[in-house]
Amino acid sequence: MSAGQGGPGTGAAERESEGMTPAIAQRPRDAAVTRPITHSVAERVRNVVSITRRSLVHIARDPTQLTSVTIQPVLLTVLFVYLFGGAIPIPGGSYPDFIIAGLLALNLTLATMGTAVGLATDLQMGMINRFRVLPMWGPAVLVGRSLADLLTACLCELVSAVTGLAVGWRTSAGPLRIIAGFALMLFFAYSMSWVAACLGLNSKSPESAASFGFLVLFPLAFVSNAMVPTQHMPGWLQAITNWNPVSAVIAGARQLWDNPNPSASIGAWPMRHPIEASLAWSVLILVVAAPLASRYFRRRTTE
Amino acid sequence: MADPMIEADGLFKTYGRTRALAGVSFSVPAGSVLGFLGPNGAGKTTAVRILTTLALPDAGRARVAGIDVLAHPAAVRRQIGVAAQDATLDGLLTGRQNLALVGELSGMRTSQARARAAELLGSFELADAADRVVKGYSGGMRRRLDLAASLVTRPPVLFLDEPTTGLDPVSRQRVWEMIRELIGSGVTVLLTTQYLDEADALADRIVVVNHGQVIADGTPRELKVHSRSAHVEVTLAEPGPEAEQVIAPLVSGRVSVSADGLRLDAAADSAPGLATVLVRALDQAGMLVDNIEVRQPSLDDVFFALTGADIPVTTTDQVRKG
Repeated sequence: MSAGQGGPGTGAAERESEGMTPAIAQRPRDAAVTRPITHSVAERVRNVVSITRRSLVHIARDPTQLTSVTIQPVLLTVLFVYLFGGAIPIPGGSYPDFIIAGLLALNLTLATMGTAVGLATDLQMGMINRFRVLPMWGPAVLVGRSLADLLTACLCELVSAVTGLAVGWRTSAGPLRIIAGFALMLFFAYSMSWVAACLGLNSKSPESAASFGFLVLFPLAFVSNAMVPTQHMPGWLQAITNWNPVSAVIAGARQLWDNPNPSASIGAWPMRHPIEASLAWSVLILVVAAPLASRYFRRRTTE
Repeated sequence: MADPMIEADGLFKTYGRTRALAGVSFSVPAGSVLGFLGPNGAGKTTAVRILTTLALPDAGRARVAGIDVLAHPAAVRRQIGVAAQDATLDGLLTGRQNLALVGELSGMRTSQARARAAELLGSFELADAADRVVKGYSGGMRRRLDLAASLVTRPPVLFLDEPTTGLDPVSRQRVWEMIRELIGSGVTVLLTTQYLDEADALADRIVVVNHGQVIADGTPRELKVHSRSAHVEVTLAEPGPEAEQVIAPLVSGRVSVSADGLRLDAAADSAPGLATVLVRALDQAGMLVDNIEVRQPSLDDVFFALTGADIPVTTTDQVRKG
């Protein structure tokens, strides 16, 4: 040991050596190791909780990560309501009543960019390699992050709702329908965070993840019924907006919140049944994107 | 000899058009330290990545703690600790949180992981910095934390990938001390390094790799003896023009004479009694010797002899796939 014998540091040195001592080398019995290693549900849950907690600590240490779910919704709400609101007539209601559902879906969609950038950063910094050599349940890396995203999405909804109320958004719907509207949005945001995970896992760097995310998420969020009624758009664009999942989520929330929903008069199936369409889209996206993300994750982490 | 805890058998790996490993085989007996030595890009890190389940070889087999790495990677992960070259720590977490996270993800209970983290922070002299964010750590502190992270679960097999690259000499010495404390506790270590003195100081055996192939394998002593390249320096009392001819047959390299004709230098085969032989020859030629120095080869000499000059390469011939 490094500390001198009998010196004042001996006691400490002994404690230290105890801390450093690894297990005595022993080859495990072959029978025990050829059994495939499986993780119990409890182990998986614990791994997921650890990763989620890690993401939350990141946010606490670097709160600028939250701007897309706090400052941005406030800014966009104020901007749209006061800048454009007066110029856009909404049949059967006020612009704030119309725009809040649209802006919430827009903000939630754009906020998933954080997932893409975060995963790309973990890959670049080698943090994922550290996780990969641990005997943990691998998918926890992705599941844990998606749960942290779900929590920030809740914050986004809270901020958007409060800002909405401040600028004149009102709803006559009962509490259950209000909650259902927010839940519909949340489910969609959760499924989209797996799309963002796919983007992040296919990016070479955090910067490319950001621009990649922008290219995919920005049109998705804007080419929808979020900002304006779609009836005056050219036919081909209307077709896109009607079948855009974001439009279905927004129309669904407007319907649940008894807010003006000009899309209701459109013949396309998702616009006539926005709640069902929104749930179907979210399930479909989740079922495709989550396994795909796990596959990309494995591919990206084994050479 | 004890059962090998780490075995690589004919590993091949190609990245694009770069052949990283071209048939690398070696084994590490339980409780010993193998220095895996080679210049940058020799294939050291690739071999470590395969043995630690991060990469798949194109051909060849690998076993760690008796477990087939390709067939049972998850089981291998329960036996190994890894301190990688690009210190893989979470910069936004504190040192304590980093170690606790590794513990939790390895299956420890939260309280257990915290206790182990505190213990390791103490051993690695990081207790004062335990609750600081790792982003603010110095290079040496990060390496020590990374080393600590590899020991959280007390694994029987450790992979230390260039643990001191880029460190200042003082930090380097401290990391060495910490690795030395680990050695002898029964743990099996694979230590990759570009530094010969590091391998010399820490390893029981050294495997030298270059261009993806093993070019030498032995104890530090064996490698030095094997290279046979000693260095001779003779200082005469007065200039002797014929001294060069006297010693030339006794040494292996060209003899260089200083401008004043007093000092002669040459490479020589490291044979027993070389100094006596030289002094006797010079004495018989009537020359007075003031000083003679026969320097035994350092590992550096060995390394340059092996990698620089085109010395016959002793590779493994287990070529299975191109």
